[in-house]
Amino acid sequence: MVDELVKRKKGLSKKEIEHIAWLARIELSKKEVNLFAHQLSDILTYFAKIDEADTEDVPPSYHVLDLINVLRKDEIKPSLEVTFQTVPQTKGRFVKAPRMT
Amino acid sequence: MSRIKSAEIKIGLEVHCQLTNLMTKLFCSCSSDYRGKDPNTHICPICMGMPGTLPVLNEKALEDATMVAIALNSNISDRMLFFRKNYFYPDMPKNFQISQYDKAGGVPFSLGGYIQIDKEKIRIRRTQIEEDPGKLSYEGTIESSPSTLVDYNRAGIALIEIVTEPDIRSPKEARLFLEKLRSILEHLGVSDGSLEGAMRCDANISLKGGRRVEIKNISSFKEVERALNFEITRQKSFIERGIIVGQETRHWDEVRRITVSLRSKEEEQDYRYFPEPDLVPVTISKDYIQKVKVKMPELPDDRMRRFIEQYDLTLQNAEILTRNKEMADFFEECVELYKNSREISNWLIGELLPYVRDKNVEIEELKVTPKHLTDMLRFIDDGTISRKMAQSVFREILSTGKMPDSIIKEKGLKKILDKQYVVEMVEKVLKENPRAVEDALTDEKAINYLMGQLMKLTKGRIDPKVAGEIMRRRLSDLTKGIS
Repeated sequence: MVDELVKRKKGLSKKEIEHIAWLARIELSKKEVNLFAHQLSDILTYFAKIDEADTEDVPPSYHVLDLINVLRKDEIKPSLEVTFQTVPQTKGRFVKAPRMT
Repeated sequence: MSRIKSAEIKIGLEVHCQLTNLMTKLFCSCSSDYRGKDPNTHICPICMGMPGTLPVLNEKALEDATMVAIALNSNISDRMLFFRKNYFYPDMPKNFQISQYDKAGGVPFSLGGYIQIDKEKIRIRRTQIEEDPGKLSYEGTIESSPSTLVDYNRAGIALIEIVTEPDIRSPKEARLFLEKLRSILEHLGVSDGSLEGAMRCDANISLKGGRRVEIKNISSFKEVERALNFEITRQKSFIERGIIVGQETRHWDEVRRITVSLRSKEEEQDYRYFPEPDLVPVTISKDYIQKVKVKMPELPDDRMRRFIEQYDLTLQNAEILTRNKEMADFFEECVELYKNSREISNWLIGELLPYVRDKNVEIEELKVTPKHLTDMLRFIDDGTISRKMAQSVFREILSTGKMPDSIIKEKGLKKILDKQYVVEMVEKVLKENPRAVEDALTDEKAINYLMGQLMKLTKGRIDPKVAGEIMRRRLSDLTKGIS
């Protein structure tokens, strides 16, 4: 989707903004849809500049580090109760999250 | 399936198996032993996706996946990457799942392969390593609950995903495939299918003239055949009435035993897969694969061939026994205790297996042990009980777990060896069935009816061979006019 947009050098439609908002489970007001359609379009246009670079013979890179094969042993370390204590909303031992539809 | 031929059904499976032999999660050192534990006691900043934390791959998960791929004849990629699958749902605290991807420069852990089911090869498309999401629950019903309650103990548990080509032609074949897969994974020791939720499955099914329908949420292998049968009936009735079966995702409702349409607006591109920047690439050398290969335990097919050779079993029986690791183990433990392997195999396949199927239980949940069965077989051999009596002893073992000797004692099942008793009973049967006796005098075969009456009268507690001789002698006496 992004690739295509960059090629088209066109902005994101309101429909696309609404879809992206839905994917993130965020409700946007009409005003916000307009605002983000412009802002996100600007960002994508900016990214289009990267496309101008000649990458014909450059192999794609999937990682910026030269490291490979970082593995750990299958050995238990104690879980951290503090992780649960930082959860903003809980119910008993459960993490409380919005109901999904 | 009346009008739809099996050749017109295409089924593909997507199986998720937890690597239950791991002590820790896939990317962090939290204990993987989450079952029956208080919610959110097996979590840490890594599996909760706190900013600044770094996941690190469990080396044993890599070894497990390598074994699985070898066992499935699948080609392991020489270089492996993880990808983020982005979606906003509370089952993953990070808002993405670390998985693998076969596009955008990604390669799954392994490609190709197959599992042999009888003469058919069910092809494997790919295997990949990924993490299990957390478990959601609700206060009251899902509709009325004001919020979602999440337990993240399961989030980050290592899964291997196995995807087949649409080579499966019937719900029964799907079950056989899953049974074989489970047997392979259990022989490898990487996954224990008896643990709740350790092996789950999504199924894709299409009938000729309809589109592909995906069934999600099949929580155990046992439900798959049922879900697919339902879906075939549903799609068939659509096609027959000229209604188009559209592509959709459905959800298997285990309680109501139906599939229901799932309104999912997320499509593949919506997951915005991209290479996981927090995990570095993993290279898998031929040398590494070879090292794992040497360590691999015996697989079901090799065990089957060994059973045929070592224990003189038929191909069919050896295949049935090795289809389930517990069953094969049970068999071999019996053989240690009692030498007649064919007899053991007959009892396991003829009596134990139907019971396990009927009750829908795991073999390890049963009260019967190899000692029970082999003790009982010895009582048949030494003439204490007849084969027929043994069947009721075996049923008693299954329901109570008592040892055969005490069952025989309690139920008074001991075979009656007293010849005088047999003679008396024969006389009684002859007297009570004068017409059958007349028939038997002219027709050899009619003796079977009298023998049946005799065994019924004595509750099978006499030796049929001895009784048969006595019966025949009396009948021939009658022919000669001796009464």
